[in-house]
Amino acid sequence: VSVLLAPKLALARAAGALSRLRGGGATSVPGKVLMRLEPDAIGVLGSRLVRGSVLVSATNGKTTTAAMAASILEREGVRLVHNRAGANMAGGIASTLLAAAHGRGAIDGELGLFEVDELWLAQLAAQLRPRALLLGNLFRDQLDRYGELETIADSWAHTVRDVLGDDARLVLNADDPVIADLGRERAGAMAGAAAAVGDGIDGTGPVYFGVNDDSLALPHMAHAADAKHCRNCGAPYFFEAVYLGHLGHYRCPSCGQTRPVPAVLATNVRLEGVRAARFTLHTPAGEAEVALPLPGLYNVYNALAAAALAHALAVPLEGIVAGLESTRAAFGRAESVTIGAPDHPRELRILLVKNPAGANEVLRTLALEPGEHDLLGVLNDNIADGRDVSWIWDADFELLTGRLRRVTCSGTRAAELAVRLKYAGIEPERIRVQPDLAAAVSTAQADAPPGGAPLYALPTYTAMLSLRELLSAGGQTRSALT
Amino acid sequence: VSTLRVCALYPDLMNIYADRGNLLVLERRCAWRGIGFQLTRCGLGEPLDDEIHDLFYLGGGQDRDQRLCAEDLIQTKRDALHAAAARGAVILGVCGGYQLLGRSYELGPGEELPGVELLDVRTVREDGPRLIGNVAIEVALDGVGERVLAGFENHGGRTHLGAGQAPLGRVLRGYGNDGSSGFEGAHSGNTIGTYLHGPLLPKNVWFADWLIATALGIDQDQLASLNDALEREAHKGARIAARA
Repeated sequence: VSVLLAPKLALARAAGALSRLRGGGATSVPGKVLMRLEPDAIGVLGSRLVRGSVLVSATNGKTTTAAMAASILEREGVRLVHNRAGANMAGGIASTLLAAAHGRGAIDGELGLFEVDELWLAQLAAQLRPRALLLGNLFRDQLDRYGELETIADSWAHTVRDVLGDDARLVLNADDPVIADLGRERAGAMAGAAAAVGDGIDGTGPVYFGVNDDSLALPHMAHAADAKHCRNCGAPYFFEAVYLGHLGHYRCPSCGQTRPVPAVLATNVRLEGVRAARFTLHTPAGEAEVALPLPGLYNVYNALAAAALAHALAVPLEGIVAGLESTRAAFGRAESVTIGAPDHPRELRILLVKNPAGANEVLRTLALEPGEHDLLGVLNDNIADGRDVSWIWDADFELLTGRLRRVTCSGTRAAELAVRLKYAGIEPERIRVQPDLAAAVSTAQADAPPGGAPLYALPTYTAMLSLRELLSAGGQTRSALT
Repeated sequence: VSTLRVCALYPDLMNIYADRGNLLVLERRCAWRGIGFQLTRCGLGEPLDDEIHDLFYLGGGQDRDQRLCAEDLIQTKRDALHAAAARGAVILGVCGGYQLLGRSYELGPGEELPGVELLDVRTVREDGPRLIGNVAIEVALDGVGERVLAGFENHGGRTHLGAGQAPLGRVLRGYGNDGSSGFEGAHSGNTIGTYLHGPLLPKNVWFADWLIATALGIDQDQLASLNDALEREAHKGARIAARA
C-alpha cells in the first residue's frame, strides 16, 4: 500500500486546494478524495501515529472536551494530530491525517486525538484501533439524522464489545446511565468498575468520571430527559440527584444496577455566570482546585471527561489542572467577539445551541448572569443542524422569561424561534424577526442598551459557522476570533 | 365557555418530537382568551376517567416506550377512550400516538402491537428507509373549510387506511401515511391521527383553535381572535420548508 500512497496523498491534497480555490470551505473534501483513492487511508495513516489514537464521542461537548484534552496533552509536550475544527466524520478525520502526513506518508505528530460523530464511531474505531475511547453523554439530538437514542446506544455497545481492542481503555461518564452501562460490555466489567475506584492507570477496567455536589441538584428532571429506564432490565431508574438532563446519581430499584463510583470526580462546584466555573478535582493521584475559564456545569463535565482521559494516559494531576486552566473556548462555544464601531464596541458572546439538553445548559448558564439580556437567536434547519426544528420546543426557554430585554430571531426558521419564545412567556413586543443574519446582527448591535451590555448569540451549528464568517469577513471584529 | 380540560397520555414516555409544544400552545391560547386550562397527566397503570376530559393527547415515543404504552392502553384505558370518543371528546394522536389509535402496528415479523381501534388503520414497518422530511397537507374540517397543515414527519411505519376510513388530509408535499397513497393521517368523528409533528400546533395555530372550539363544543367564531402575526410567519416558514 505505502508504495502507492505518496501519489494518492498528493492528488488528494491537490483536490483540497482546488476545492478551496473554488470557494468550498469544506474541511472534509481532501479526506473524501483520499478515501476514494485509498479506502483504508484512515487506518493506514493512523497506524503511523507512534502513540496511537484516542477517540472522543458524545452528543454534547465533543469539541470542547477534545480541546481541553489537547490543551492538557500539548502542555505535556505530546505532539497531536487533532481535528480541532470539529470535522468529525470519516472525511474530516482523513483530512486531518492527510494534513499531518508528509509526502511519503510519515506523520507529523505522535498521538491522534479525534472527536468522532456518534454514528461514525463504530467504523472509525475499527479503522483507528484507539488506545482509549472517551464517551461523554447521550442526549436526544437531531432525530431526523441520528434516530432514536437507543439506536446509538446499541451501536456504541457493539463498538465497545466487538470493535474495541482488549487493551483499549474506556473512559466513561458515571453520571449518564446509558454511558456508564457501556462498561458492562467489557469482560470483567464489574471487577473493572471496582478497580477504577482505586486506579485509572494500571487497571484494565473503565475509568469513570462524575460529579458529587448536592447543591447542583435540580428540583426535577428536565422535560427532555431521555434515559429513564435501566438498559439492563427495563425498570425505571430511581434518581437521588439530577444534575443535568438525565445525568446524576441513580440506581435501578429492580436489578440493582447503580452508578459506578467515579475515579475522577468534581466536588464543590461553583458556577460563575457565563464566564467561568470552579471546582475541586479529585483523581486517584490526589485533589486540586480548578479555575475553568469556561462557564456552566456542562463545561465542568467536559473538563472532568478530559481530566479522566488524561489520567488514563498517565498525565500527572498538576499537568491536568494546568491544561484545563489554560483551555480556550472551542470554535463557536462560549467564544467572545467585539463587534461594532470602535467608539461603540459591544461584546458578542457566541453560545452554540443544537439540541434540548445542550440548549438547556446554555439557558441555565445565561440565567445565572444577573440583569436583563439581549439575545440574538439564530435557528437554521440545514442538514447539519437537523432539518427538524421541533427540538426548540423541548428546550426550556422558559428559564429566560422575564430576563430578556430584546430578542432578535434570525436564520432559516427565525419565525419558529420567535413563536417558541412567545409561548415561553416573552412578550411579543420584545421579539423581532429578521431572517437575514447580517441584517439581524446589525439591528441587534445598533439597539444596545446604555452601558453596553453584551449581546448573547445562540446560533445552531450552521448558523454559528455563518455568524463567524460574517464577523470575520465584515471587518466588524476588532479582536481576533479565537 | 369555562375550562378546556386536557388529558395528556403518557407525557413522560410519548414525547419524543417535542410534543410538549402542542400542549403549551393549547394552554396559552386558552389563557390569552380567558378560557381556563386544566392539564391532567395519565401514565402507565393509571386509570382514565372518560367523563372529565374534553381533549386527549397522545404523542410519539421510542419503540421501547411505545411498546409499554400500547400494552397499557389496551389494559387500562381502551374502554374509557371509546366512551370519551362516543360522547364527542377530541382525541389527537401524533406519530406513534396515531399508530396506537389504529388497529395494529406490525413492528416486524412476529411482533405486532395492538391498537385501541379508534381509527380503522393498520401500520406496518416495511423495508425501505424511514419517511423523514418536511410535509404539508391539505385538510377540510367542519367550520373552517380547506386549510393547510405543515410540519415534519419521521416514521418507519407505513399506515394503511381501512376501506371506510377517511384520511385527515391530502399530501401536498412529503410522504404522508405510506409515501404512495397521497393520504395523510386519519379522521373519524373527533378522533384525529397524523404523522405531522414539528410540533404540529405552534406552526398551525388555526388547527389548535379548531381543536379548542371542537373540544369545548362551540363555534370557531366564538373564540376571540388573537394577534397571530408571528404564528402566521412560522406557518409560512414551515410551508416554505416543505416547498408547499
